Amino acid sequence: MPQIEIKSINAFYEKLHVLKNIKLSVSKGEIVSLIGPSGSGKSSLLKMLVGLLIPKSGKMYLNGNLVNFKNQSDLRTVREQIAIVFQQYNLFQNMNVLKNVCIAPTKIQKRNPKEVNEQAITLLEKVGLKDKLKSYPDELSGGQQQRVAIARALCLNPQILLLDEITSALDPELVKEVLDSIRLLASEGMTMLIVSHEMSFVKEVSSRVVFMDEGSIIEINNPKNIFEKPKEKRTLDFVSKILKEK
Amino acid sequence: MERLIEEIPNFFTIWNVIFLAKAMGVTFLLTAIGCLVGFSVGGLLAIFRKTKSFYLLPLRIFIIIYTEIFRRVPFLVSLLLFFYVFQIIKISDDLFLIATITVCIIATAYIGEIIRSGIESINQTQWDAATAMNFTYYQTLREVIFPQAWKVILPPAFGFFIMFIKDTALASQIGVMELTFAAKILNNKGFSPLLSFGTILILYFILSFPLDRFGKYMEKKLASNRN
Repeated sequence: MPQIEIKSINAFYEKLHVLKNIKLSVSKGEIVSLIGPSGSGKSSLLKMLVGLLIPKSGKMYLNGNLVNFKNQSDLRTVREQIAIVFQQYNLFQNMNVLKNVCIAPTKIQKRNPKEVNEQAITLLEKVGLKDKLKSYPDELSGGQQQRVAIARALCLNPQILLLDEITSALDPELVKEVLDSIRLLASEGMTMLIVSHEMSFVKEVSSRVVFMDEGSIIEINNPKNIFEKPKEKRTLDFVSKILKEK
Repeated sequence: MERLIEEIPNFFTIWNVIFLAKAMGVTFLLTAIGCLVGFSVGGLLAIFRKTKSFYLLPLRIFIIIYTEIFRRVPFLVSLLLFFYVFQIIKISDDLFLIATITVCIIATAYIGEIIRSGIESINQTQWDAATAMNFTYYQTLREVIFPQAWKVILPPAFGFFIMFIKDTALASQIGVMELTFAAKILNNKGFSPLLSFGTILILYFILSFPLDRFGKYMEKKLASNRN
């Protein structure tokens, strides 16, 4: 049974059709990368998976259960299992690093604050921010904020992690650090959906790669094939263009 | 000038001082009640106006109509309107009560709008992050939005409060014995306008200055992100 299964999903921002007839299933422990040009619907797909974008039609199953997007308790269940790291990090500006990581596990999940605190510190240590616990987001660089956001998502103990272009704001040294943490998570068997422009990383870490364009999934393939012999011409155009730029 | 100095002992008799103190009390109460009610009810209106629930739609429509009307009608017009409505339906002929109710209605509409724009000044990304972590609407407001919005809300809110102290002078038009009306009466009794209105000028300042300082204090305390 796939952990996530979506069938014929269509979603709109106002009148803009951002997800067109999306079909995708993801098994436990799989790492699925989403690639494609800007505005192709990758981020929208991730947002839809946590119910920040409510689809107009289609079905989504999480661990075999149909998700009713109009039902708040269904959405809560989804969000308990799927955590998202946003492209813009979206850290709470009024809280320091530690509080950013701890607030949802303590106030929303009602877990033991002491235990959460310990986990948060361990996670922040892992992403190299142990000395920034009391800093505020506006005192941190983009890369540091990004890593806080990753720690914050992980502290929720999700089954599935969604990562939206997490390397786009990082300088090259940090890219390595962040990608190393992702690799580590991957090796621990966390299911992940990753939107990325780091093609070498995508190639290395993904179980499968999804190519999207103009709101549709054009091709799903294994990482080797999608870069070397894609089935679709549009994939080939995109891949060759992006590889040439590197 | 000599006349003015001669007048002073006659002006500051016990009776007049009590009279002015009472009037100052009325001005203070009108402002304080208006601001407190306006801030709390206005806050609630702002919070409900941003809800998305289908069942609250009638409430949202009511809030929008209410806010848009009372922010556009001059204070004096609302005041006279309520004055005559109260007379016609004979609820009460207590002038202070009528003025208080009007003041609350106006303040609620204005402050509600200030708070709403404060809430809206916070980037959608903050809502997204909170929603994705299962914060409810009210938890998001309490933990994330308001702590950041205070610095947008407080300066215009306190600006409004201070303007409001002065606006309560309009209540004199329906005969509420507040500071401006008191000055008029003293002036009519033969005291020079300079003395009568000069005195209430100082009294208005005494009322508004601490409020201004309090506003600055609250801004420092609440509006800082570092809490």
